[in-house]
Amino acid sequence: MDLLTPDIGLLFWQVVVFLAIFFILSRFAWKPITSGLKEREESIQSAIDLAEKTRKEMAQLQSDNQKLLAEARAEREAMLRGAKETADRMIAEARDKAAAEGQRVLEQAREAMANERQALLAQVKKEVVTLSLDIAEKVLRKELADKSAQEKLVQDLVANARLN
Amino acid sequence: MIRSLLHKVLLVSALIISPFVSSYAQEHEHEGEATHQEHHEGNAHGAETKKEGFNVGDMIMHHIRDDHGWEFAHGLKLPLPVILYSKDRGVEVFSSSKLDHDAIYNDYKLVHGKIHRVNAAGEEVHNAHVYDFSITKNVASLLLSAVLLLVIFSSVSKGYQQNRGKAPKGLQSFLEPIILFIRDEVVKPNIGPKYERYLPYLLTLFFFILVNNLLGLLPGAANLTGNIAVTMTLAVITFLIVNFSGNKHYWMHLVKPTGVPLALLPVMVPVEIVGVFMKPFSLMVRLFANITAGHIIILSLLGLIFIAKNLGGSGIASGISPLVAIFTIFMNLIELVVAFLQAFIFTLLSSMYIGSAIEEHHEADHGH
Repeated sequence: MDLLTPDIGLLFWQVVVFLAIFFILSRFAWKPITSGLKEREESIQSAIDLAEKTRKEMAQLQSDNQKLLAEARAEREAMLRGAKETADRMIAEARDKAAAEGQRVLEQAREAMANERQALLAQVKKEVVTLSLDIAEKVLRKELADKSAQEKLVQDLVANARLN
Repeated sequence: MIRSLLHKVLLVSALIISPFVSSYAQEHEHEGEATHQEHHEGNAHGAETKKEGFNVGDMIMHHIRDDHGWEFAHGLKLPLPVILYSKDRGVEVFSSSKLDHDAIYNDYKLVHGKIHRVNAAGEEVHNAHVYDFSITKNVASLLLSAVLLLVIFSSVSKGYQQNRGKAPKGLQSFLEPIILFIRDEVVKPNIGPKYERYLPYLLTLFFFILVNNLLGLLPGAANLTGNIAVTMTLAVITFLIVNFSGNKHYWMHLVKPTGVPLALLPVMVPVEIVGVFMKPFSLMVRLFANITAGHIIILSLLGLIFIAKNLGGSGIASGISPLVAIFTIFMNLIELVVAFLQAFIFTLLSSMYIGSAIEEHHEADHGH
């Protein structure tokens, strides 16, 4: 069985050559190859990770923008509403004030007019009294200028007094 | 795996012990050896075409065995250096062509592919121990594959330095999927998080076996991975790595397998210990048998042509040639698959053995 008995020479050469190949390839081939493969795999992985991260950041940014926009819109609305309210209130206040002022001026005018009338009436009364007194004096002076008329008057007055 | 091995053996034996072949093979086994030495000068190859008694077994053995000198085709033989060491003479180096055609050189003679010391009368000297460190066909092929591997992978590794972080180019992009496959599908899942320590060995192992399997398929090439010395070396290295990296659980499992009743321990412990040695042994035999069997099948198919010529003349031989060629091409394609498959299996099993040796045994905890 020649085929099954290993030859010492081939055994020797096989050990020597195989170990030599192994050490040379490990040092000069497998090391750079495996590290190169690993490096490339890592760079690809990191590129994918970066892309994923960027995508997430973009999404985050977009949602942030959306939120910001919504906030701005809400703020604008709130401001508009506030302004409108203030304006309405101011208008209403002005209206009320104007109305009150008008009322007050009317009241004052009315009061002044009343006072004027009072004063006028008092004046007129006084004038009328003076005038009446003057007229009465003048009439009396004229009526009682002669003696007979004075006696007659006394007599009438006595007559009337007796009747009472 | 054992079944596939069995299939191969069955297939091979069926082919060899087919009605045509058996008589020749038998002849070779028993009486053939003596006659053939006289028959043809130096190489058994000569018998194939010239002699009427074509011996398919001889032809096959000649092709799958190691040889001094590299015969690419009949008559075209590249001489290789013979390096011998013996205690009394020290190191001797000479060309293998000096020993061609049964010539005796420096008292050495090639007998059945082995170099023996002979005395002046041409008889073997049995007490002289000669160690043969020759650059044989297999060693030459081994060196060739080493050069190939170094050239290929230095180019690939240069690619990684040049296209740092970029897409692979050229040879690099061709081999990268294979390297990644070994790393991600074979080594990582079987060894676990500490895989990086073992990756260089397993990559070297895979590509060494693959390149030599493929080289072995070329016509006239050596049958390196179908040589027991080569597969033995690889299996022993795996064995050493497995046992030197074995952790506490690994050794405890040998002495006291979990979940085994105490009464069974006397049986189980020897089984476990035998298993430690069976694993590399199966690695060794699997690769050797698969590759050798593939070569034997192809050579047997081609041998059919010559057998047909012996039995029925050139007409029949050329008649069956196309059929044989189709079968041979088919077998060659299968061998191409086997070349990848066996490299893959050897690497896979090696990583599984290493993985089981360094694994932190979780199932041990809930074994009871």
